[in-house]
Amino acid sequence: MPVKGVKQAPIVVEKDSVTVRGIELKGQWNRMFEPRVIDDYDLTHLDRVAALSGGESIEFCYQCGKCVPVCPVDVVGNYGPRKIVRKLQLGVDLTEDADLWLCTTCMNCLRVCPKEVDMIKIMPAVREQAILDGKFVPPELQKTFENIARYGNPQGESPRKRADWAKEAGVPVPIMASVKRPVDVLLYVGSYPSYHPRGKDAARAMARVLTALGVDFAILGHEEKEDGDSVRLAGEKGLYETLADSTIKTLAKYRFNRIVVFGPHEYNAFKNVYPKFAAENGLAWDYAILHYTQFLAERLDQLTPLLKKPIEITTTFHDPCYLGRHNGEYDAPRRLLAAIPGVTLVEMGRSRENGYCCGGGGGGMWLDSFAGGHQKMRLSERRVQEAVEYGASLLSVCCPYEVSRFEDGVKSTGNDGKLIVRDIIEMIDEAMRAE
Amino acid sequence: MNIIVIVKHVPDLVEELEIAEDGKDLNRDFLKFVVNEFDDQALEQALLLKEKGGGTITAVALDAPEIDQTLFTCLAKGADKAVKIVGDLEGRVTSHAAAHMLADALKAMSHDLILTGVQSAEDLDGQVGPLLATYLGEPHVSVVTGVEARGQMVVVRQEYAGGVTGEFEVDLPAVLGIQAAPQPPRYAPISRVRATMKEKKLVEIQAAAADGAGLNVRQMVRPQVASHAEMIEGNTDTVVERIVGIMAERGLMNG
Repeated sequence: MPVKGVKQAPIVVEKDSVTVRGIELKGQWNRMFEPRVIDDYDLTHLDRVAALSGGESIEFCYQCGKCVPVCPVDVVGNYGPRKIVRKLQLGVDLTEDADLWLCTTCMNCLRVCPKEVDMIKIMPAVREQAILDGKFVPPELQKTFENIARYGNPQGESPRKRADWAKEAGVPVPIMASVKRPVDVLLYVGSYPSYHPRGKDAARAMARVLTALGVDFAILGHEEKEDGDSVRLAGEKGLYETLADSTIKTLAKYRFNRIVVFGPHEYNAFKNVYPKFAAENGLAWDYAILHYTQFLAERLDQLTPLLKKPIEITTTFHDPCYLGRHNGEYDAPRRLLAAIPGVTLVEMGRSRENGYCCGGGGGGMWLDSFAGGHQKMRLSERRVQEAVEYGASLLSVCCPYEVSRFEDGVKSTGNDGKLIVRDIIEMIDEAMRAE
Repeated sequence: MNIIVIVKHVPDLVEELEIAEDGKDLNRDFLKFVVNEFDDQALEQALLLKEKGGGTITAVALDAPEIDQTLFTCLAKGADKAVKIVGDLEGRVTSHAAAHMLADALKAMSHDLILTGVQSAEDLDGQVGPLLATYLGEPHVSVVTGVEARGQMVVVRQEYAGGVTGEFEVDLPAVLGIQAAPQPPRYAPISRVRATMKEKKLVEIQAAAADGAGLNVRQMVRPQVASHAEMIEGNTDTVVERIVGIMAERGLMNG
């Protein structure tokens, strides 16, 4: 069993005979089986993965297979962490195998793994190696890396237009560089709410809700860039470091009490990953980080009286992997949904700790065509089907990756007209619009 | 094989383009630049040739804003050397002046092959390759979509309209205008670009005095939105009569 993520040498105590409570136990009974020889295989590729920083735990796997049925990718294809290890044992070079790019780092395998085989560290490490070795990188992912490196957003849009969504918010959206004073909340918008048409709807809803609550907030505007967490998980560590460095230095210019983020991926980056990077590079990073559902759930006393317009609908909630499993927040979004009059929440079978993955994490957002070629259907399509199976007419979400993924999934599975997809902030905004 | 790849920057269309006050150039104050996509293809073609048959690659560029980053990216992708030609290079450099300065610098650099992008989105002129070949007295093939080394020559594929391709044997040294490499340009990981910036240096060469000849821009204008389409209605005879009438009006028919 690994201790603190490090493999331990087995402690071997072998005696010919011991006497326990007067009964002699002979050692020969313990040696009735010959040890299984696994060295018959060429373990070069397995050893190479284990030698990578982050890849060590691949060796812990004892092939129990608990990870396979919980793996969201296996549900729609033939994949699973156990199978990855087996392939490596059989001599497959993972840096050249399509499986390398299918993991969404959703963490459901690690949750059930008795040996703590950590695919969330292994996959990014092997991807980084593949990229550095000049191995095949799916072109759509390569294009996204280039866009982010050049423009600070995956869409390849002009950085100068990052705050353009705010013009149609209907309320003022202050920009840090212009307010010239400390604010209470720095709202970190993220690339999808800044540029994606459906993301912008949510960003505008957020600005209106914060304004209605009287929150003193501001955004970074064109100084904001992609946070880089999904870039890191997709294997481009150098690009992630550049982005982290830039964001940490930008934020250091301003004074605020807390950062409220739109996306679970930014939440994970700022809460769990940036502190380590900042410490290693002599930079300051000591902020209170809140996902917007947490920030609003803390203010339900103030928010609830504003939610006057009932929304009569049966909804189900999709737990984002990086808010739920990765960071343990399951209740804040549900409390917000419960506060909206008229809304009935039904839970899907795969929810909370066992929540299904939308397919967008770990770079999956930028591997749609590639992954589609190796799966029976998209993960988002499978999730849409599940929501419909449970009788929901509305799939509510709180991660900016998800609205577009699920809306596409609704159309491609023929559920147009049966299921709509909304960010929770859009529903709150709607419920505030009393006739 | 020793290959020289010429790279240049073009304005990045992600930002709105503005015309300068004199109406003869873009307003360069607010331009962002990006490597010419055909030059990226030329570099990829060079890298494939080097991987197959060995040799060296030298990336060469005229000085321009942000060009260092692009040259370091060439090195990170596998070029052995990067040369920046510096001098009086403010504003727009015509293809004649560019070819003149490049030829002057390249004369002194031993090479088997010079690869340029077939053209650049900036002026769609496509003249740097042919002019460079003329100045250096080397053969030139343009619109190339594949290069293979074969002894003291290269075999190149040239693309024509309608899906037709031609194959040429070209004596070395030669200049080729690359339309597309056999595979998409590779990715240079940011960590490697950064490491390259620390480990390697760009070689600087002084440019020859610019040659004044070349394309003269008289006026730059935004495309005019116009609707000139005329939908011809009626039966076949009426339509034919109108088409014939239009062609006669425009002087496209005899008699």
